[in-house]
Amino acid sequence: MSAHEEHHAHADHGHGHDDHGHDDHGHVDYGHHGRPDFWTHYVFSQDHKMISKQFLVTAIIMGFAAMIMSLIFRMQLGWPGEKFPILETILGKWAPGGVLNPNMYLALVTIHGTIIVFMVLTGGLSGTFANLLIPLQVGARDMASGFLNMLSYWFFFASSAIMLGSVFIETGPAAPGWTVYPPLSALPQAMPGSGLGMTLWLVSMSLFIISSLLGGLNYIVTILNLRTQGMSMTRLPLTVWALFITAVLGVLSFPVLFSAALLLIFDRSFGTSFYLSDIFISGQALEHSGGSPILFQHLFWFLGHPEVYIILLPALGITSEIVSTNSRKPIFGYKAMVGSILAIAFLSFIVWGHHMFITGMNPFLGSVFTFTTLLVAIPSAVKVFNYLTTLWKGNIVFTPAMMFAIGLVSTFITGGLTGIILGDSALDINIHDTYFVVAHFHIVMGASAIFGMFAGVYHWFPKMYGKMMNKHLGYAHFWLTVIGVYGVFFPMHFLGLAGVPRRYYTNTEFPMFDGLADINVMISIFAFLGAFAQCIFIFNFFYSIYRGNRSPQNPWNSNTLEWTTPVEHIHGNWPGAIPTVHRWAYDYSKPGASADFIPQNVPLAPGEEEIH
Amino acid sequence: MINFLIPLVVILAVAVVARLIKVFELSAELKGEEPWRISADDNRIQSLLMFVGVVGFLAYVVYTTVQLDSIVLPVSASEHGVKTDGLLTVTWWIIGPMFFLTHILLGYFAYKYYFRKDRAATFFAHSTKLEMIWTVIPTVTLTSLIIYGISTWQEITGPAPEDAIEIELYAKQFDWTARYAGADNTLGRSGFRLIEGANTLGVDMQDSAAADDKVVRGEFHIPVGRSVLFKFHSRDVIHSAYMPHFRAQMNCVPGMTTQFHFVPTKTTEEMRAETGNSKFDYILLCNKICGGAHYNMQMTIVVETEEAYNKWLNEKKTLTEDLAPKPEEPAMQATSDTLAAPVDTLAVPTAGAAHS
Repeated sequence: MSAHEEHHAHADHGHGHDDHGHDDHGHVDYGHHGRPDFWTHYVFSQDHKMISKQFLVTAIIMGFAAMIMSLIFRMQLGWPGEKFPILETILGKWAPGGVLNPNMYLALVTIHGTIIVFMVLTGGLSGTFANLLIPLQVGARDMASGFLNMLSYWFFFASSAIMLGSVFIETGPAAPGWTVYPPLSALPQAMPGSGLGMTLWLVSMSLFIISSLLGGLNYIVTILNLRTQGMSMTRLPLTVWALFITAVLGVLSFPVLFSAALLLIFDRSFGTSFYLSDIFISGQALEHSGGSPILFQHLFWFLGHPEVYIILLPALGITSEIVSTNSRKPIFGYKAMVGSILAIAFLSFIVWGHHMFITGMNPFLGSVFTFTTLLVAIPSAVKVFNYLTTLWKGNIVFTPAMMFAIGLVSTFITGGLTGIILGDSALDINIHDTYFVVAHFHIVMGASAIFGMFAGVYHWFPKMYGKMMNKHLGYAHFWLTVIGVYGVFFPMHFLGLAGVPRRYYTNTEFPMFDGLADINVMISIFAFLGAFAQCIFIFNFFYSIYRGNRSPQNPWNSNTLEWTTPVEHIHGNWPGAIPTVHRWAYDYSKPGASADFIPQNVPLAPGEEEIH
Repeated sequence: MINFLIPLVVILAVAVVARLIKVFELSAELKGEEPWRISADDNRIQSLLMFVGVVGFLAYVVYTTVQLDSIVLPVSASEHGVKTDGLLTVTWWIIGPMFFLTHILLGYFAYKYYFRKDRAATFFAHSTKLEMIWTVIPTVTLTSLIIYGISTWQEITGPAPEDAIEIELYAKQFDWTARYAGADNTLGRSGFRLIEGANTLGVDMQDSAAADDKVVRGEFHIPVGRSVLFKFHSRDVIHSAYMPHFRAQMNCVPGMTTQFHFVPTKTTEEMRAETGNSKFDYILLCNKICGGAHYNMQMTIVVETEEAYNKWLNEKKTLTEDLAPKPEEPAMQATSDTLAAPVDTLAVPTAGAAHS
């Protein structure tokens, strides 16, 4: 590392700098294992570009599985008690006669949430784009540690496999909701899913946390130490800034979730009572006592709230990059964008209590958390207005990626604004744990993050696979998805305001909810529409890998360094020297320039002023 | 049969789409275009669709809001609920215009500034003035909302008045039990290790305050216009006592006593008249996932005049009478208590059915 940096200091300005550490081996370095065979190239690869693709494909498979689960419970919610023979085919004894069992309903809700939050929007989103973009956009030959990076993926794979596998065990998967609050999750007597299913959930999550930490440390080290000549922190593309802060959040908060999980494992298996007190269940008083279930919630949400931004920030970073590139305009307020990422990240650590307003916490604490929570709206508003100003007087190219980026701005606004209601403790009393919450977080976190992820896939697919995705299918995918998302989640706000609790197997037991059957049917229909749209995407994705048009080197006329690498992937990224950076990433439509973009590796023209 | 047909249809559909893509691409190539490149037509059409999409979305939002106004909870039946509803209305009036303003800008910019070869984007990277505007305005707005919100919250969560009627709500999988403090307005001590037979709440009968406590199931009554202080307990997992018509909710946590107090302002009869629904009932439901029958853990709340309430409560037996040994049929008491819970909850198979 030090030789590398020293070399930076001596490198010749204006020409790319050599990186002898790699060039001495030739620029193709397979980690000293000779030429790659199938195993080292596709499976145990240490190349960040391959690992990125591994993360993405795994996340797509997991996301598809989670989507199927959501369709199954939407069938139950839309048509409660109706017989669907296909459910019995899929779920066997968990859907006798084609009617979903209430415990399986809760299990599907739990695993759907866990997979989407962790496997798709954390592992999948960060794993894919941090791996792909960090080395390519900062100008590094690979991650700081290719080996740890490989381990990060394989821990993720094992975690995903165990989580998905747990669905098929005899007693059913974990079912206490994705937040796994004890004592429900701690006592096998409390529900079938709290037996082996919960054990597997904890094992899977522990592996996931290891994966996330290995990845996160690698991302941080790479960004801090392996930036190419001229790539100062203030010239970093906003994608890298977002991924950097995301990794810092993960490294600081995931260990806390690990401790929460560890104590829960102890309570479940070794007779401790960190989270258990005064419990009488199955006709017996529990011997061990003296803990607090609320302790778990503090530990969980100390991760859980930063986790929201671990999911959201990469999507916002991707959006910044795509909105600027396709508006053919610099991102408006680069420094404010970086500042708002930092502000959001800082605030995310002091707002966790807003998930716990009605746990009986000291009302004064509730006031403090209301205060900090509502402050998050300020940097968020700055981001929204900066996106809008970037579009203003742009020359907008509507690539499928751009469509999803604009879609993200919409969902981020819609979902963000309802957060102002939920973050207010006095208002939270009545809508806590209702469908209002379900609507809010699916729009602001689920939809925004998945839109960011789709935008990223459409935008960087040429970089990943050297092929172009089909644009018509991309447009169809966008429009059906956005209709599906708002069709499903917008009416849910009103269900919440009608007092409908989340995680209810059916609303039919309450006369007060009798008028809501039609709304639930409509929501379920929109869910199927949305799912159909994802089939279009999956088809387009895999079809384009094999049959897509060959990609040119820089299909979107973009400024960032990844587009200076050859279309064919090589280990080490650049065949010759790593390019030197002379400007920020957002010189689009700069007055006086001949083209409407100036890549970062182009030196300043005589008399040209650097702006950022 | 259908299970066999589905994969077949999927395969056929994929094959058809694959052929269609080829046709599209060939026709693009014939026109001398690269099939993946975003054409002038694409930009025009998608920008127009963005505009139509945003207008359609806003229309849908307005339509849904008007249509679904009828399903949201009726006017609050508690004193503090009127305040939180007021706070909610103010919040809507702040975020609503923001929502419309930003979406209109989004749709309009997307429509107006689509790519044309003969024009260039404006290089506009930074403006301290603009950024100050949209930092300061949200800050000021949110500060007022925060102050309004926190002061409302503190009013609600402040100490209950001295004369508040004390009621324990006791949760277990999957039913609720209410315990009234009786003549001394003090709940007797209880503990999970004392749960035995008919004493399902584990009330300590050695405690003199417990003797006149009254335990009720199925439905519980509260008097209109009096402050009611609820003490919440759970014996197994976390539950949440949610009384949406009163804008009241509090978790029931094993090992902890939590509390919430409010003043009901409308009797059940008044609310029936106001909503025009002769079958209207106030309801207590569980709003924290607690197991297989979570979706059906409920208790009816009756709000009535203080006289009616007193009459109802006087007819209830005290815990001392309840637990008094009956030589002939000591086991029957426990059974009838269990049956007083909503019958449906027993129908759902769960591993930890607490009904023993």
